[in-house]
Amino acid sequence: MSSTSRTVQRHSIPDEPASPVAGRRRRGGRRSRRDLRPSNVLTLVMLAFLAYFLLPLVWLLISSTKNVTQLFHSFGLWFSGGGFNLFANIHTVFTYQNGVFGTWFENTALYAGVSACAATLLAALGGYGFAKFKFPGRNALFGMILGSIMVPFTVLAIPTYLLLSKVSLDNTRWAIILPSMLSPFGLYLMRVYMEGAVPDSLLESARVDGAGEFRIFATIVLRLAAPGLVTVLLLNLVATWNNYFLPLVMLNNPQLFPITVGLAQWNAQATAGAGSQALFNLVIAGSVISIIPLIAAFLFLQRYWQSGLTLGGVKG
Amino acid sequence: MTAAPPARQARTRKRFGPGGRRRARHALTGYLFIAPFLAVFLLVLVLPLGYAFYLSLFRSRLVGGTVFVGLANYGAAFSDTLFLHGMRLVTGYLLIQAPVMLGLALFFALALDSRRMRFVRFIRLGMFVPYAVPSVVAALMWGYLYGGSFGLFAEIARDIGVEPFGFLTSKWMLGSIANISWWEFIGYTMIVMYAALQAIPPELYDASAVDGAGPLRTAWSVKIPMIRPVLQLLAFFAVIGAFQLFSEPNIMAAVAPTVIGSAYTPNLYAYNLVFTDQEPNYAAAISFLVGFVILILSYAVIFSMNRRTRNP
Repeated sequence: MSSTSRTVQRHSIPDEPASPVAGRRRRGGRRSRRDLRPSNVLTLVMLAFLAYFLLPLVWLLISSTKNVTQLFHSFGLWFSGGGFNLFANIHTVFTYQNGVFGTWFENTALYAGVSACAATLLAALGGYGFAKFKFPGRNALFGMILGSIMVPFTVLAIPTYLLLSKVSLDNTRWAIILPSMLSPFGLYLMRVYMEGAVPDSLLESARVDGAGEFRIFATIVLRLAAPGLVTVLLLNLVATWNNYFLPLVMLNNPQLFPITVGLAQWNAQATAGAGSQALFNLVIAGSVISIIPLIAAFLFLQRYWQSGLTLGGVKG
Repeated sequence: MTAAPPARQARTRKRFGPGGRRRARHALTGYLFIAPFLAVFLLVLVLPLGYAFYLSLFRSRLVGGTVFVGLANYGAAFSDTLFLHGMRLVTGYLLIQAPVMLGLALFFALALDSRRMRFVRFIRLGMFVPYAVPSVVAALMWGYLYGGSFGLFAEIARDIGVEPFGFLTSKWMLGSIANISWWEFIGYTMIVMYAALQAIPPELYDASAVDGAGPLRTAWSVKIPMIRPVLQLLAFFAVIGAFQLFSEPNIMAAVAPTVIGSAYTPNLYAYNLVFTDQEPNYAAAISFLVGFVILILSYAVIFSMNRRTRNP
């Protein structure tokens, strides 16, 4: 964060909550001044709730080290004495049905990566247009886009599928990527962020220096808005990585499935019984593999999303 | 921020006065920046919505092909017990899920913000982790935990010699699904509220400290009113989430097929109408109606928000 953007933030309208960036900076000062004696009761209550959030994941991790017999015959929250089968399970996950899980994993990474980058770029361009340019119809257009946040995407999925099947684009990668490129909430976040983080004076002086509009955007605006960009990227990455309804509607070729649809299919086979019970350990190990990349992304990019992910909420 | 009244006056003056040429170029650049987004917006949002409405006005008959029926599909939906049952169910789900989620998240956010806690960073991050877990994986995992075969709760119940709780019975299924979404979204909701609390100007606390307000009193009369816009935004997201309910019941249907039918939620119903019953026209009407209900409820939330912030 450059010092320029902080100065801009400080001049925001008083009844509007300060940006998370400013909040983070101020918090340091407040902590040293206002920290009270810690309450053990409150801490214990919160730790008990924390157990609720973490225990299912602990169960999942422990279960991923068991084969099917061990799953049924050992206590869920402890390892089974009969052998450590994590690597055997992972091996089976990636070799079962000619290694289709690997394809699913690649598909998920491709869908999420491409859609998130495209959605972030579109939101950044649009957010900048709305934040820094005045043109007839600006408020009406922005209001329409903001209103579309209310349109649930699962409601859109079925008509989109029917439309795409008219032009034979259903059951292709585009059927996932195209609809996932739209992020009205991302555009809203980018507009709010750029209004605060990109000073008009900087844009004016760049124009006086003769820089073209697109160059200004690519070299100045994107850099100043980087934390906001990472946030929008993460939000869209999570949304597409975790999406289930859209690919379920769009695809029926298992080679194009993302992990979510594939795992759900394995689960349906496992619970249907008929000698396919061996799949339970695959579903569990596959689930563990599928959640590792996002949890890693959140841990590594903590600095960014803790200041940026919350932006939309703060600006209300 | 830049659209304050004086700026707007200047804009109007400039649009009609001298310097119009520079103004027009400025406006054109603005359009160019929003054009790519608008193109995708039209293609994947406006067009499908329009198409859904168009489709919903037709019906395919065994004899005579597809015919225009006006709003008859909507009329049919209003007397379709399967659809009405689904709408009642998601409304009930909303009434269970949203208050607990918002209430607990607010409690956690206030506790973490109270400065009377240890391990604040650790707890905050730990509660947020489920947000990174796909709803499919969350539903699979909880489905196994609830289940009778190797479910953790059933194991514990057997060990202490009591009857296992019927998580997957029709009586408790809705609560069991609500629990999955609490697990997934309370952390995210809490983080958003927490950030809003952190952004409250400290001067407000000084004022309430001078008035002799305790921590609970400060939370109630300073903190909660200050983050009310955020709370309403989150309530609005809860409404959308409840009416879209699909993944969790779709996954749970594998472990409890007799409890979750093909029309358990309106979204499941629309999905099955297209892919099982081959009735895309009626499915479009159902999708449109669900969207319409969400729109009305969302406007209700926003309207109440605006009214309250204008007359505090």
